[in-house]
Amino acid sequence: MTQMNEPLLRVEDLTMMYGDRVGCKDVSFELRPGEVLGIVGESGSGKSTLLRSISAQQEPTNGTVEYQTRIDGVRDVYQMSEAQRRLLMRTDWAFVHQNPRDGLRMNVSAGANIGERLMAIGDRHYGNIRNNADSWLGKVEIASERLDDLPSTFSGGMQQRLQIARNLVTSPRLVFMDEPTGGLDVSVQARLLDLLRGLVHDLNLAVIIVTHDLAVARLLSHRLMVMQQGKVIEHGLTDQVLDDPQHPYTQLLVSSILQN
Amino acid sequence: MSEMLHAQNVAKSFTLHTQGSVTIPVFEGVEFMLSAGECIALTGESGSGKSTFMRMLYANYTCSQGSIKVLHDGDWLDITTASPHSILEIRKRTLGYVSQFLRVIPRVPTLDIVAEPLVALGTDRKTATDKARDLLTRLRIPERLWQLSPLTFSGGEQQRVNIARGFIADYPIMLLDEPTASLDVQNRATVLALIEEAKSRGAAIAGIFHDHETRDAVCTGSFDVTSFKVGAND
Amino acid sequence: MEQTVKNPANGAPDYNFAYLDEQTKRMIRRALLKAVAIPGYQVPFAGREMPMPYGWGTGGVQVTAAVIGPNDTLKVIDQGADDTTNAVSIRQFFAKTAQVATTEKTAEASIIQTRHRIPEKELREDQVLVYQVPIPEPLRFLEPRETETRKMHALEEYGLMHVKLYEDISRHGHIATTYAYPVMVDDRYVMDPSPTPKFDNPKMNNMAALQLFGAGREKRIYALPPYTKVKSLDFEDHPFEVQTWEDECGMCGARDSYLDEVILDDQGNRMFVCSDTDYCAERQEAGHRGPQHHDQPLGTADRGKAAE
Repeated sequence: MTQMNEPLLRVEDLTMMYGDRVGCKDVSFELRPGEVLGIVGESGSGKSTLLRSISAQQEPTNGTVEYQTRIDGVRDVYQMSEAQRRLLMRTDWAFVHQNPRDGLRMNVSAGANIGERLMAIGDRHYGNIRNNADSWLGKVEIASERLDDLPSTFSGGMQQRLQIARNLVTSPRLVFMDEPTGGLDVSVQARLLDLLRGLVHDLNLAVIIVTHDLAVARLLSHRLMVMQQGKVIEHGLTDQVLDDPQHPYTQLLVSSILQN
Repeated sequence: MSEMLHAQNVAKSFTLHTQGSVTIPVFEGVEFMLSAGECIALTGESGSGKSTFMRMLYANYTCSQGSIKVLHDGDWLDITTASPHSILEIRKRTLGYVSQFLRVIPRVPTLDIVAEPLVALGTDRKTATDKARDLLTRLRIPERLWQLSPLTFSGGEQQRVNIARGFIADYPIMLLDEPTASLDVQNRATVLALIEEAKSRGAAIAGIFHDHETRDAVCTGSFDVTSFKVGAND
Repeated sequence: MEQTVKNPANGAPDYNFAYLDEQTKRMIRRALLKAVAIPGYQVPFAGREMPMPYGWGTGGVQVTAAVIGPNDTLKVIDQGADDTTNAVSIRQFFAKTAQVATTEKTAEASIIQTRHRIPEKELREDQVLVYQVPIPEPLRFLEPRETETRKMHALEEYGLMHVKLYEDISRHGHIATTYAYPVMVDDRYVMDPSPTPKFDNPKMNNMAALQLFGAGREKRIYALPPYTKVKSLDFEDHPFEVQTWEDECGMCGARDSYLDEVILDDQGNRMFVCSDTDYCAERQEAGHRGPQHHDQPLGTADRGKAAE
């Protein structure tokens, strides 16, 4: 964050309407390299809609999403050709789904899952692809001997870690995460959070993470956006938003956490 | 003595929207200055807003009014208006904070948690880890616990881990929220020594201390928040 | 222009020439032209119901019906052989509905319809090879959505093909796909030569004859114009290789042709013979002999005639 003050991503006036219904409305923010932005809010508040619109999966009704590409400078992702956009999405971007089954190919091995992005960008050396996959398996704390096993034989936590490895193998700079710890046991969650935080730091990843778990948001994100009914109602430093919330809804959200 | 932190005309009130939008004023018109090498005790009875004021100095709480300027990399930055990026930078390199609560990711070893602020500053992991060992040894955390998560520790041990983490990087400004609460005599002595060392390297320190002995031992002055309480001068 | 078969003694007078009506043939020809213009691209066409079940070559038959003329000579092979049920019935179908000459000799045919094999003998510019294709989509293995596979073709996103090959190597130590082995056509489209054995993949490359592919059930047509570059996908450290046999053909002694294993008795005795019956017969006529060859041959060239 220190060296790079140029934003990696700039979202402006993003609005997604479903007919008369608001998905998300007038969302603007910037994200810098290495920065983690949390998006919190209850179910139906527009978090996932916003994430899909930012991550080029669903063209918004209005607004722009600009990204600092590696080669072509700042580009509006919805003005790119579909080929360029899809290339961006599978190289410099990554998307970690809540359900690993949505982000993995369940009928091919862990190694092939990790190797797919490499092959997609033209890597044609089996040995290199395999070694790379193996080393990523290690980085997400899965034993090497599981390299040729199908993801369906993995536990939920392992599947989620595999999904992360599969996404990070091309060294993306921006990662979208939709409730990455959602379906996991508490102990498994902790391990994943630790792993994610390490990777974010070591790889200087910019992350947009959608979660309804304020504890996850506190531990992972630098900044926090609180959404309600499709709008961002509070946005700032994570601990400031959580410890001194200004908006009535944020106060309600924070005061609703069970203390332990 | 060179000035490091300057709060001017600071006011704070809380509006509790969940409780009928009642507004609770805490204080107003606060003027506070902190210079290199001094250690100022924030005083005032319980509920006077000492902790609130300290959290405001760390930008953990927002300011309702006024400014809090911090000397960061030779420039004065107002943390009440600075961007989240700047505040994170200030916290990373200028402003240290020892809170009463340990907030860490479960499963991460104590040693790594303590070393982390130095690693974040770009110190190599080995040097950072060595310094973390030193501090943990001085604070009498048994070596067998270093590879465990501090979340399994006793309250006193967690407090000492917090202190180690707070003192590992030589922050120019340090905020200490009851650093010696729940510590035994020996450990308190260690913390006092750490504070003295920080002072002598020129750190500007503000702290809340629950006992007179500690306060008298390390503080160069005190600042009573109570006098700025809303309605105090009526 | 309707071309009704006139002679009731030899033909099927109630059917149009080559069974399909002229409008249908025209529609298929348009699809074929597009397919030839975009080598390897799958062109949808309005496949008709044919008087045979799907899986019996309805796609190839429609393509053949659309390109065949009265002066053509047709050869039909199934698994390389002219005398299997499928080959025989399709040959008879066109003999009856188009009254064209038929042959079992590769060199004499102007149109060769095939399932699985490409004849061993090199094809010429004046020949057309028509493939019967069961599953035209090479990406189907990993991507069930047609919308997505189309997009992947359009955007040349072919990483998935190598995922399949990767899986092969990780499971078997080598690329174990032996048929329907994916190829890159003209450096642009990935194509499935299904269900042709990969032994024949190199023959597709730079072939002098026009190659047409018809998938009846999936209603897709694709093509390789003469002299098109066709490259089998592979890895740098696991290059494409064709099958090899330790044995030679028991009948003609060939070592360069695709061999079928034949179980001879309940004792497990077996032999290998050329899958291309015409090739084998021609070699035997030229005096080549394999270890199991007796002067009364087991079949090969005579098998087809007997079946008819």
